[in-house]
Amino acid sequence: MTTPLLRVEDLRVHFFLDEGLVRAVDGVSFDVHPGQVVGIVGESGCGKSVTMKAILQIVEPPGRIVGGRILFQPDSGAAVDLTRLSPKGPALRAIRGAEIALIPQEPMAAFSPVHSVGEQIIEALKLHERQWRPSGPRLSRAEARSMTVDLFRSVGISMPEERIDAYSWQLSGGLRQRAMIAMALSCRPRLLIADEPTTAIDVTTQAQILNLLRDLQRRHGTAIVFITHDLGVIAQMARYVVVMYLGRVMEQGAVEEIFHAPKHPYTRALLRSIPSVNVAPRTLLPTIAGSIPHPLGRPRGCPFHPRCPDAIPGVCAERAPALRPVGSTQLASCFLYHRDEAVEP
Amino acid sequence: MTRYVLKRLLLLPALLFLFSVTVFAIVQAPPGDFLTTYVATLASSGSSISAEQVEALRREYGLDRPIWVQYLKWMGNLARGHLGLSLEYQRPNAELIGERLLLTIVLALLSFVFTWAVAIPAGIYSAMHPRSPIDYVLTVVNYVGVATPNFMLALVLMWGAFAYLGMSVTGLFSPDFVEAPWSLARVVDLLKHVWLPAVVLGVAGTARLTRVMRANLLDELNKPYVTTARAKGLSEWRLVVRYPARLALNPLVSTIGWYLPALFSGSLIVATVMNLPNIGPLLLRALINQDMYLAGSILLIYCFLTIVGTLISDILLAWLDPRIRFEEG
Repeated sequence: MTTPLLRVEDLRVHFFLDEGLVRAVDGVSFDVHPGQVVGIVGESGCGKSVTMKAILQIVEPPGRIVGGRILFQPDSGAAVDLTRLSPKGPALRAIRGAEIALIPQEPMAAFSPVHSVGEQIIEALKLHERQWRPSGPRLSRAEARSMTVDLFRSVGISMPEERIDAYSWQLSGGLRQRAMIAMALSCRPRLLIADEPTTAIDVTTQAQILNLLRDLQRRHGTAIVFITHDLGVIAQMARYVVVMYLGRVMEQGAVEEIFHAPKHPYTRALLRSIPSVNVAPRTLLPTIAGSIPHPLGRPRGCPFHPRCPDAIPGVCAERAPALRPVGSTQLASCFLYHRDEAVEP
Repeated sequence: MTRYVLKRLLLLPALLFLFSVTVFAIVQAPPGDFLTTYVATLASSGSSISAEQVEALRREYGLDRPIWVQYLKWMGNLARGHLGLSLEYQRPNAELIGERLLLTIVLALLSFVFTWAVAIPAGIYSAMHPRSPIDYVLTVVNYVGVATPNFMLALVLMWGAFAYLGMSVTGLFSPDFVEAPWSLARVVDLLKHVWLPAVVLGVAGTARLTRVMRANLLDELNKPYVTTARAKGLSEWRLVVRYPARLALNPLVSTIGWYLPALFSGSLIVATVMNLPNIGPLLLRALINQDMYLAGSILLIYCFLTIVGTLISDILLAWLDPRIRFEEG
């Protein structure tokens, strides 16, 4: 096994609100290997976006990383623990955008409305110039512009020369997201974080954007962490899946194993609730019993136990299970698979 | 953009016409006319004037003619560039207004520059460090600034400067220069005096602007484009100044147009307290004495400056915000 490009270890991000403490991310671990596409799936509020913001250290206050490590492997040298870098310091800023880039959720709001999209991409190119091109003459404006035109062409934007002077609100949703992808790729990052990149776009365009990302990933060998609540998208995009619920990893493993042999009751419930063309018409779509608890009223023990059909009385409500191997690549945090840990030592 | 500006410029004469009618109506609104007030003033000082003399004067000034004739006469003069004669001072209005207007504008511009130069950085700092000790200090200072009447502040500063520094800070010139013709030395003397009234007049506006800038920027800082800029690797100051601060400024720019007239009327009490030779006290006196052509001319100049100010802020806004440019273009 190669050394992972990114290793998240027992990450904890808590929000210190006036109303109380919200453990948005509470002990999340996973690896991303070079060139790999990892899907992170979960319902809204499960902490998947916060996990991504934590990697870039852009969690907004009152949120704060309170524990764990985020190891990033640079081109050469030893891995860096990103949580140890100052969020405003130059070391981390050199990684943001240049080594790890973000494709945000809402391309409409993610561009500044008063700067042209081209201008915002040129800014990124100039900012990290010495990283994607360690030597050579300083980047001229004309060169940055022509590079941006090339980037636009590579993400399938027609008439790139005109489009780079457009403002984000003059572009369609699909074009905006393509421009966003162009910006994320501009400094040739080795890890791309795509935070629900297709949520705000209509279904046809969604398929085009996914194809584009897959194509770019193959061409450049960029690793992608793909966040979504859409299991269909995960099946298309990812090779490895992390299933999150209320700030914890429920199960993770290769995409085939997760989809064909889900172990955790939560994963199984999620998969059952996907509409299928094969079921008899007019049958009710199975749903997960109950609803997501309020962030402040997080259950003790395994966070899923109040909605879990297989909860072990007296155990699951008491202690939180650890993530343990349950297959060749698969890990699950559930006492059903390691009952020995269920009894008090 | 050019079309947008042209459209606004074409509206200018129409607006001025509407304002001139309104101004004239307002100046004429109090019962009686200049002569009624004049007679009353004379009577209170013990002298008198015969009814025939009053009638003769009334005819001479054209005050016996219907209102619309008086208006047309005034407009006719204005069109030829004459602001008319002050009934009270018996001097051309242009002469009376001239230097006072210039000093008023200098004062307004300086106090405007002071306001923005202090409020915008302070607002940005507060929004970037909300609930920090400096933010709290600025908040308290701002509330005090908004709540203190500016004439009060003027009195305190004048007293302080006199009692502790032995300086007399009233007026805009040293005694030697009050009546002197314009020269470099007089300009220097003006600059030595003008800053204090400029600060006094700007304090409340600065406090308000700081609060608004802080609130606007706090709203903008939560927008996703800020996260994008941060994820890009920009340093915090650079990204704030380049993106959210720029957007937070837009609503403020559109208020520039109101600044000038607000300052004109707001400066009246301060001007009286600090003995500033600006236009406020002149207007007040003209209104009290029903010196209608003088009052009308001053009010019309106010209106003109307001329109110009609004035009400038509209142009600035269109220049800053492409969304407005494209919508109106």
